[in-house]
Amino acid sequence: MILMGHGSGGRLSQELIAKHFLPKLGNGVLAELGDSAVIGDLALTTDAYVVSPRFFPGGDLGRLAVCGTVNDLAMVGARPIGLTAAFILEEGLALDELDRIVASMAEAAREAGVEIVAGDTKVVARGAADGVFITTSGVGRLVGDFRPAPRRAAAGDAVLVSGTIGDHGVAVMSCRKGIPLEGAFASDVAPIGALVEALRAARVEVHALRDPTRGGVAQSLLEIAHAAGVRVSIDERAIPVKPAVRAACELLGFDPLYVANEGKRVAFVPEADADRAIAALRGHPLGARATRIGTATAGDPGCDLVTPLGARRSLRMASGELLPRIC
Amino acid sequence: MTPAPGDEARALVASIGRWDGRPLTFMEVCGTHTMAAARAGLRSLLPPKVRLVSGPGCPVCVTPVGYVDHAIALAARPEITLVTFGDLVRVPGSRRDLEAPAPTLARAKARGADVRVAYSPLEALAIARAEPAREVVFLGVGFETTAPTIAAVVIAAAAEGLANVSVLGAHKTMPEAMALLAASSELTIDGFLCPGHVSIVTGPEVYAPLADRFHKPCVIAGFEPVEILRGVDALVRQAAAGRAFVENAYPGAVRAGGNPRARAVQDEVFEPCDASWRGLGVIPGSGLAMRDRFARFDAARRFDVRLPAPREPRGCRCGDVLRGAIDPTECALFGTSCTPDTPDGACMVSGEGSCAARWQNLEIGP
Repeated sequence: MILMGHGSGGRLSQELIAKHFLPKLGNGVLAELGDSAVIGDLALTTDAYVVSPRFFPGGDLGRLAVCGTVNDLAMVGARPIGLTAAFILEEGLALDELDRIVASMAEAAREAGVEIVAGDTKVVARGAADGVFITTSGVGRLVGDFRPAPRRAAAGDAVLVSGTIGDHGVAVMSCRKGIPLEGAFASDVAPIGALVEALRAARVEVHALRDPTRGGVAQSLLEIAHAAGVRVSIDERAIPVKPAVRAACELLGFDPLYVANEGKRVAFVPEADADRAIAALRGHPLGARATRIGTATAGDPGCDLVTPLGARRSLRMASGELLPRIC
Repeated sequence: MTPAPGDEARALVASIGRWDGRPLTFMEVCGTHTMAAARAGLRSLLPPKVRLVSGPGCPVCVTPVGYVDHAIALAARPEITLVTFGDLVRVPGSRRDLEAPAPTLARAKARGADVRVAYSPLEALAIARAEPAREVVFLGVGFETTAPTIAAVVIAAAAEGLANVSVLGAHKTMPEAMALLAASSELTIDGFLCPGHVSIVTGPEVYAPLADRFHKPCVIAGFEPVEILRGVDALVRQAAAGRAFVENAYPGAVRAGGNPRARAVQDEVFEPCDASWRGLGVIPGSGLAMRDRFARFDAARRFDVRLPAPREPRGCRCGDVLRGAIDPTECALFGTSCTPDTPDGACMVSGEGSCAARWQNLEIGP
């Protein structure tokens, strides 16, 4: 039986894929389980968006549906060629709400430099869906030999984040009914292809990229560590978190490392390129707070965190149902 | 000049590290302390002779499995909307004869029961107002911190004449459990790190008997890692001096006399009763029962539910963990069959549970 925890992006989601999808659908391309599939020099990805509420500080379902998919293309180093969008509409949805969502998709697509070139709509009876669910797919092209992939992360790599973490998850939570959060939160939802282009232009040899959505930065680091067979060590003090987001996480009992982001990425780059990579990222408004948070080392695959007090603990994948319907 | 928090923390770690007397075991009894200490990796920074163990401070964890069975049975009734804090939905009930691996409210919800996760009991009121045809039941678990809010909800419901809201209560009060543990011969506790949030309501005075009768140092601490370290350092100092008194190391928040208004609200609705704690058994006077004049808001009296005697999951040592008698890692189920995704016992469910906090933040030394 499917439980909400299967949608967490954490261990239960992984188990669902490993036990119920890969055995029947498994193939070489799918087995990579990257942000996008790479076939020759094409990248292909698809994602369904069910965020609740549909409008949240800093963004909405439409913007998320475009950004999430173009960002998945960017994480394998691909430039987007075109997107498709499929809409599941619930009977009774207000048309002006749909119009706002579609307008927001158009704006995000313009920012990302891509067009939505095909689509589909289906309507279901009231109660069979919650307002509107959107599935977008994206096709992109890999250029030259720029091929970041989780398995390419290597011992000695510097680990970078492109800015403050946890902003999206907390912004969505802050407008859920009954959650006692006050403060000016804003989702970071944005197309981040430009950050990848900045690294490419600076001739940084990017080994691995991941956009830390569900499951947060912790999940991304663990996935890369396991794909590459490296041990990642990060310094908790170096991780940028906005004070209001940190306070909200404390109130709700969350660790910002596990909270979703929609406009950030984690990068593994060779030590020699680290300073150049940070300078390149900071040259773009979306990367202004880019910083190094750790280092990949040889060792058992996993991720260690050095706490501000100097203790060392081992990170685990998210479990349970941290924040349902965050994206 | 005030030292930076990092400097003070390092100085405190060094100060505690100089203790070279008899081994000391201090107990914290607050889920927020459990989680904060685990996240900061405090345990691995303490010297071998100073141990910080977690006691019965996680509300979901100390709630007996029979309560979970009761809640699941209520959720199965078609007229009931069950409103609960999130942690409880994944706690396994004992009726493994009904469902493998074990029934939970999350599974009941997946099969169609109307179970809603809330962050405040006030949401139950809002639902009851908006959906007058539903019987809204709030799962009221917790300590002195949540009891006044639940009481306020009951008072508001009574004032409004809302007839479709009730509380399945399992509230507990901490001092009686601490006294039981202080008197226990199973584990020698050399002092208590007292819960900051509970103390805001109760005031520091409630711990006086622990210091006076049982000669246990008691230090109220805040929740930042450095505040916890201040608390542990103060406990070591009391122990070193052979003294035992109640010390308020969280003075910004905890005041003498606590919060009398919150207690008055609580007393209006609840009266002390004997309560069953997972792992500790029945402790006289350690629970809160709804007074008779609010009986119609008591879901246990409002709905007739008959259940077989609950059985704790086989091999689960949550009880021993909650008494501080064993470390979570000493349970054979820890990390094998029992993980946060497949919990056998409640301590592996809540983020504030000793087992979950340990599993999620496994310390591997400084």
